[in-house]
Amino acid sequence: MTGVAGATVAVAATAATTAAGTTTTAAATAATTAAGTTTTTAATAAAAATAATNATNATNLHFGGVVFPGSNCEQDVVYALRFLGHEVSYVWHQDTDLAAYDAVVLPGGFSYGDYLRCGAVARFSPVMDAVSAYAHAGRPVIGICNGFQILTEAHLLPGALLRNFGLKFICESVPLRVEQSVCKWLDLAQGTVLRVPINHNEGNYFCDEATHERLEKNGQIVVRYCNPDGTRDAGGSAPNGAFDDIAGICNERGNVFGLMPHPERVCDGLAGPHATDGVPFFKVIASYVEEVRGA
Amino acid sequence: MKKYRIFVTGKQGIFDPAGKTAQNALDNLGYEGIKDLKIGKFIQMNCDDAVSVEAVTEMCEKLLANPIIEDFRIEEVGA
Repeated sequence: MTGVAGATVAVAATAATTAAGTTTTAAATAATTAAGTTTTTAATAAAAATAATNATNATNLHFGGVVFPGSNCEQDVVYALRFLGHEVSYVWHQDTDLAAYDAVVLPGGFSYGDYLRCGAVARFSPVMDAVSAYAHAGRPVIGICNGFQILTEAHLLPGALLRNFGLKFICESVPLRVEQSVCKWLDLAQGTVLRVPINHNEGNYFCDEATHERLEKNGQIVVRYCNPDGTRDAGGSAPNGAFDDIAGICNERGNVFGLMPHPERVCDGLAGPHATDGVPFFKVIASYVEEVRGA
Repeated sequence: MKKYRIFVTGKQGIFDPAGKTAQNALDNLGYEGIKDLKIGKFIQMNCDDAVSVEAVTEMCEKLLANPIIEDFRIEEVGA
């Protein structure tokens, strides 16, 4: 218990260091106070410190995290987004009103047991009509892992996710290369390498040649699997066999983004040197939301 | 009562690692002459007489198969 509290406080202190000068004192105080109390309080202090950090940048958003029967990563998403200073509400798959949310997340998991095909049944959940309308209105939607599979089944993103080439469920941290794209969710220099965990059995992206050409031409390929140095092997660098090493794509407009890796799991800085590599995936969408609001 | 059998298979050109693995296993067991082996899904549906082949086709296009990656074939049993 004490050990865990200590670790969390260390994060709060780190956040305090990276925070703007004005917030440092408050965050550090929160961390100190938390050290003497329980783990829960320490975690709250860490979140508070991060919230203080984020207060200096963009608007904090209200996310809707859709929960299907069999989703199991919605808590990771909620934890990460709250850690980054956003508000998040769970949206049950029977709900049909998304108007209150600035952005919608379809989390990972095994909706409807992955029966038939991953996402095939979830795609007909009542909430998906609302997600579709929301997406077509240009509002931001992100689908992570099973969420990506659902978006392809719902034809909000092209292509499909096949069983991993090696027939094995893969759970590991992999390097991802950021590509030049129109995606509203990610704005990093092309070639930036991030390390993000994957955790799936059906992540082998497939699309036909014509679709692939369109994806290339429109800048819809957002992230690709790569070697740790950002290069790609001629025979493919995707651990799951994904076509053209594609790990994540967006729609033509860039507001709908789907990816197999889990950026929400590397946001709080707790797990090693790459433990904040997921943060950029939830950072720039705020300015797009402002743009949409202003329009 | 009507009975339909639906076969869902990977489209031409879509690599089927499960099929390939089974084929390799048969090769290893000494069975010769197997050119290609594909693994797909078999769906059996019992339904009212009123359910037409057209309706089942629509079910396949909409839910039971994904036309991006799969082909399907419908057989009416005893028709």
